[in-house]
Amino acid sequence: MSTSTITSTADLPRTSDGCIQFVTPDGQLRTDASVDHDALGRLIRDLYRGMRLARRFDDEAFALQRQGELGLWLQCRGQEAAQVGSIAAVRADDFVFPSYREHAAALWRGIRPADLLRQWRGVANSGWDPEPYSFHIYTLVLAAQLLHATGYALGVQRDGSDTVVVTYFGDGAASEGDASEAMNIAATNQAPVVFFCQNNHWAISTPSSSQSRTPIHRRAAGFGLRSEQVDGNDVLAVHAVTSALTEHVRSGGGPALIEAITYRMGGHSTSDDPTRYRTDSELEAWRAKDPVTRVEALMHAQGWSDDAFLDEVQAEADELAARTRRECLALQAPDLADAFATVLADVPQLLQEERDAFVAYRDSFLD
Amino acid sequence: MLTLCQALNRGLRRAMEDDDKVVLLGEDVGRLGGVFRVTDGLQKDFGEARVMDSTLAESGIVGTAIGLALRGYRPVCEIQFDGFVYPAFNQIVSQLAKMRARTNGRTSLPVVVRIPVGGGIGAVEHHSESNEAYFAHTAGLRVVYCASADDAHWMIRQAIAGDDPVIFYEPKRRYWVKGEVTPEDAGPPLPLDRARVVRRGSDVTLLTYGGMVATCVAAAETAAQEGRDVEVIDLRSISPLDVRTVEESVRRTGRAVVVHEAPTFAGFGAEIAAQVMTRCFYSLEAPVERVGGFNLPYPPAKVEEEYLPDLDRVLDAVDRVLAG
Repeated sequence: MSTSTITSTADLPRTSDGCIQFVTPDGQLRTDASVDHDALGRLIRDLYRGMRLARRFDDEAFALQRQGELGLWLQCRGQEAAQVGSIAAVRADDFVFPSYREHAAALWRGIRPADLLRQWRGVANSGWDPEPYSFHIYTLVLAAQLLHATGYALGVQRDGSDTVVVTYFGDGAASEGDASEAMNIAATNQAPVVFFCQNNHWAISTPSSSQSRTPIHRRAAGFGLRSEQVDGNDVLAVHAVTSALTEHVRSGGGPALIEAITYRMGGHSTSDDPTRYRTDSELEAWRAKDPVTRVEALMHAQGWSDDAFLDEVQAEADELAARTRRECLALQAPDLADAFATVLADVPQLLQEERDAFVAYRDSFLD
Repeated sequence: MLTLCQALNRGLRRAMEDDDKVVLLGEDVGRLGGVFRVTDGLQKDFGEARVMDSTLAESGIVGTAIGLALRGYRPVCEIQFDGFVYPAFNQIVSQLAKMRARTNGRTSLPVVVRIPVGGGIGAVEHHSESNEAYFAHTAGLRVVYCASADDAHWMIRQAIAGDDPVIFYEPKRRYWVKGEVTPEDAGPPLPLDRARVVRRGSDVTLLTYGGMVATCVAAAETAAQEGRDVEVIDLRSISPLDVRTVEESVRRTGRAVVVHEAPTFAGFGAEIAAQVMTRCFYSLEAPVERVGGFNLPYPPAKVEEEYLPDLDRVLDAVDRVLAG
């Protein structure tokens, strides 16, 4: 069995509270003996590589912010399994609408470090051309992208395509009206959307317990979506659930909601101070459930990794970090005069006059 | 002769025939044909996939239209009434308007947001507002007002065919007024971003749009009986603003009055007045006058006639600029 062939979630192993989990926090595999051991080993090595690269990239970006090279950074540390497990489970042409912390998913799709950093260095308001990656730019005003994903899916429906649209959001964004509107519109139209909620427990300083009285995945019943809750720090479980629900959506079953329970190990952003609102003991408890070390323990126990493999991933991660730093430092500020041509399809007279006046004023300081 | 409402309907029909990527969505636009019947019969002829009755969620209408546009469609949204657009404000201002600039010019969002606008029809609260200044203040949007059947027909087609997001205002009080619509073979219509001189004059320029165009023309005709030659300009596009046509007129007449239904305080007339002041200062014979709504929430229907500019208030302002 490879998790990508799972189309039903009925028989997946669950914790006592109903959350789907394949691997315990200490690395024990919970699936039965029917698992294709070698295939699962290959998959887990791929996913591990994606998570390790993302974490190294994230650490480097964090360091670049602390060194003044980025204005702001939002770490994805702790959420690598939720992101890599889900993005790896969908087709490369399934179209993704991320929020703003999906660096691990973006890297998996091949987006370059420079493109992931330019917005945070303050040299652009978005990073990359979505088309080649089937990955829309980041959306910073929460939950707006859920409606974009739903509208895109309405277009997919009209095109008769079997593309699935995947959109990421968090437990905080789930409180936005746009989130409810999007799930309702997707359900009433049976639009091919997977709503992927990373419940990382904190919306800046507000705990998820203050955002929602009921678990987010249970809202699905009210809207008429299929849903599952999964251990978001278990990359195999996330992969299995996403595979199953994406194929459910692709086969015309209507939209789905996945709630991945994970944890934001860093602050909301590099401007945040999480010591003001959460305890060290909570952080320690989640460190013990770390998605990356969990996979290392699993691979070791199952004989899926050896030193050569781990060294190879380490070397690749170091190279990515060096490349990240190099590409970051090469990012130059744009010319504000060019912005005037990006507002509308043409440059109206008044805007042209503003541009000309600005350029003339600026040029008056030269020489 | 078609009513403005029928002219819009025909314009939408032609746009849908011209391009099968054009889709309509909004509350009650399908089976009912919209509360003003602007989309009457279109779902029957083009099907439910192209004329979508949306859920009752304005942010959802505009937000999904953005997604449809990203997929290659050309959505035309109907916001049922002017006062219902505010739930969609974030999607319009932060998402729709900014996408092109955020992507450095790469991504166009050809979305038209139709809004029945303004008062004068005895409606209840939130059904008579003029909120164009909010959107004119937002870079990345085109904001246009039709005022006649002919413009309604051609401007909606131009708005849909263009690659920019357009806030398309339809003055409710003019929906049932008939006018000629220029036939297809009569040459290209006036570009969407150009103002129209609807009445030539040499003494004063009235600068207006939407539901006030007819009021200003009536005022000009009344003034003519008193020997005053009043020019009326229908701005049509308030963003971008056709400042060249405004400038040419006011330099000639030396006097300008701006007329709109929205409150004058921080209203769009303030922008026009400022443009006229800097561009035509040495031609001006009098300060620019503004006639508009008072700085109040839109009043109950029984007193809206006192709130809205009418022929007499426009003529009063004409008197003031001619008094100097």
